[in-house]
Amino acid sequence: MSSHKHTPISARHTEKPSFNAEQMAEVQRVIAQYPEGKSKSALIRILHMAEEAFGGWLSIETMDYVAEILKIQPIEVYEVATFYTMFNIEPVGKYVFEVCHTGPCMLVGSDNIITYIENKLGIKVGETTKDGLFTLKTAECLGACGYAPMLQCGKIFHEHLTPEKVDQIIEAYRSGNTNF
Amino acid sequence: MGRRILLEHDNVSGIETYEVYRKQGGYRSVEKAIKKMSPEQVVEEVQKSGLRGRGGAGFPTGMKWSFIAKPEGVPRYLLCNADESEPGTFKDRYLMEKIPHLLIEGMIVSSYALGCNQSYIYIRGEYMWILDILEKAIAEAYANGWLGKNILGSGFNLDLSVAPGGGAYICGEETALIESLEGKRGNPRIKPPFPAVKGLWGCPTVVNNVESIAAVVPIVNDGGEEYAKIGLGKSTGTKLISASGNLVRPGVYEIEMGITVEEFIYGDEWCRGIANGKKLKACVPGGSSVPILPHYLVCKTATGEDRLMTYESLADGGFASGSMLGSGGFIVFDEDQCVVRNTWNFARFYAHESCGQCSPCREGTGWMEKVLNRLEHGQGNMRDIDLLAEINKKIEGNTICPLGDAAAWPVAAAIRHFREEFEWHVNDRETSQKRNYGLVKEPSPIK
Ligand SMILES: Cc1cc2nc3c(=O)[nH]c(=O)nc-3n(C[C@H](O)[C@H](O)[C@H](O)COP(=O)(O)O)c2cc1C
Ligand code: FES
Repeated sequence: MSSHKHTPISARHTEKPSFNAEQMAEVQRVIAQYPEGKSKSALIRILHMAEEAFGGWLSIETMDYVAEILKIQPIEVYEVATFYTMFNIEPVGKYVFEVCHTGPCMLVGSDNIITYIENKLGIKVGETTKDGLFTLKTAECLGACGYAPMLQCGKIFHEHLTPEKVDQIIEAYRSGNTNF
Repeated sequence: MGRRILLEHDNVSGIETYEVYRKQGGYRSVEKAIKKMSPEQVVEEVQKSGLRGRGGAGFPTGMKWSFIAKPEGVPRYLLCNADESEPGTFKDRYLMEKIPHLLIEGMIVSSYALGCNQSYIYIRGEYMWILDILEKAIAEAYANGWLGKNILGSGFNLDLSVAPGGGAYICGEETALIESLEGKRGNPRIKPPFPAVKGLWGCPTVVNNVESIAAVVPIVNDGGEEYAKIGLGKSTGTKLISASGNLVRPGVYEIEMGITVEEFIYGDEWCRGIANGKKLKACVPGGSSVPILPHYLVCKTATGEDRLMTYESLADGGFASGSMLGSGGFIVFDEDQCVVRNTWNFARFYAHESCGQCSPCREGTGWMEKVLNRLEHGQGNMRDIDLLAEINKKIEGNTICPLGDAAAWPVAAAIRHFREEFEWHVNDRETSQKRNYGLVKEPSPIK
């Protein structure tokens, strides 16, 4: 509970992360969207990029690296990374399922879908499968209430979920067939 | 067919591309405003239109614009609020996904009216794929001379970019949004100073919802007076409604304000009634923050009049027997739903989303969640119901931003209308764990 408050950070990467040239150009493009001296505004966007580039989560090394790029103090990055719920500050599975469990989704059966996924993957909410493929989380309203129940995985919203549809989705991710 | 002015072309194939959008008359409002109108005239048209903010509070947009401070040599900013996180609301997403250029066109005209040369669309981080859609559309607008330097040879310059959030409902509150856009935690600021005076980077700033900004396009095209003819009374224009819950046909609908709630729920053109042939139990008509209405107050007001889809009619009866239009997040409950469970669910949402800055909200939302959790799970007692009302009073009005109020009001409303269902969870714990309560009885009128 109380996600926007004190979350300890401790997880580390062993290697220092580094954006490749293409990623760095994208970082610079984003920074240039803000006036001189206001590059800190690019922080959240860059954290999303860093998460994508460095294993789906933010280690202390990654956050320090982002601070270096934006020329701000590491604490300014930690503060933000721990406030926003989308950022993972612990390692996660390759695919993170975030199932919405807020009112409108609950009205049409999100609780059952969550239980179904738990049983299917053999994990509880908050856990990652042993093969490191899936992490299951719950999320608050994701803006798909009329197409519920739903889950988000990366940039993709899977909507109108039924047990059969969940089976198909999991199968697709398992086989690497992720062109939804 | 109801009148559609925002989503008029949503079914035209390829409308998300510049070419098709332009062919359907897109960007006309920019031509008209920049070539034929002064910024002040655009503001005037918006004032005449009676447009009220579509983000939830319903504050007149034209009036808000007239408040922006204009100190010499200080930049002003227009921020579009695409944070859309109020449970039950998914209309902005629909508009941006389907017709991204409509928002961009609205941003250009509105920035011109306000004298902004740099504007941002702040979008919730979970809508990352829509951010891609918007960036693509923005690039097309630049390529065709609608953005950048010296637009239409007028000397007006405008840069527009999109910034994602990172998952936080509170960033929909305008000052938290500004903090977030500055690359910080989303803690709301104390007002005053209002953003109109000191907003983004300490400069005068206007924050408007996606739908409000999009509505500026038809207002400029057809004139404020024409727009004001649509709708009913002070609820001018059309409204996007996000319909969810136990409906035959949930989804996003553009309605002309003034249609009846009954028509909206049961009409063929709209939601087509309650799913699975069930009965209506309750409705939250404006997003999770507004009071819940029991079935007998949904289609009729307490005085027996038809309830209409307008700001005024949905609020008819005040907190005693009314609710609010809010963000237009229209959530419908069938007879099998448990109001205690849903109230707990929403309380959990607010406890999760409180930014933690003010203790009444941080602690209060957590307490409400705990107490409702035990009531729902058959472990509560009678005093808990009154305790909730007490916690409520301690939060209401004692916090920097209205999130605390938004958490407190729905709980108060649920207890007001569904007290017997809450009490049943205490008096008949075992049964309450096995089945749902069903419909509440309509109180007999006091003569
Ligand atoms: C907790 C909280 C959450 C809010 N979330 C949103 C939101 O997601 N989208 C939005 O447009 N307005 C939201 N608002 C309202 C904004 O503060 C602001 O009033 C609105 O963006 C102004 O735009 P409008 O006048 O065009 O409606 C929220 C307000 C509060 C207190
Ligand atoms: S409640 Fe689940 S997406 Fe809105």
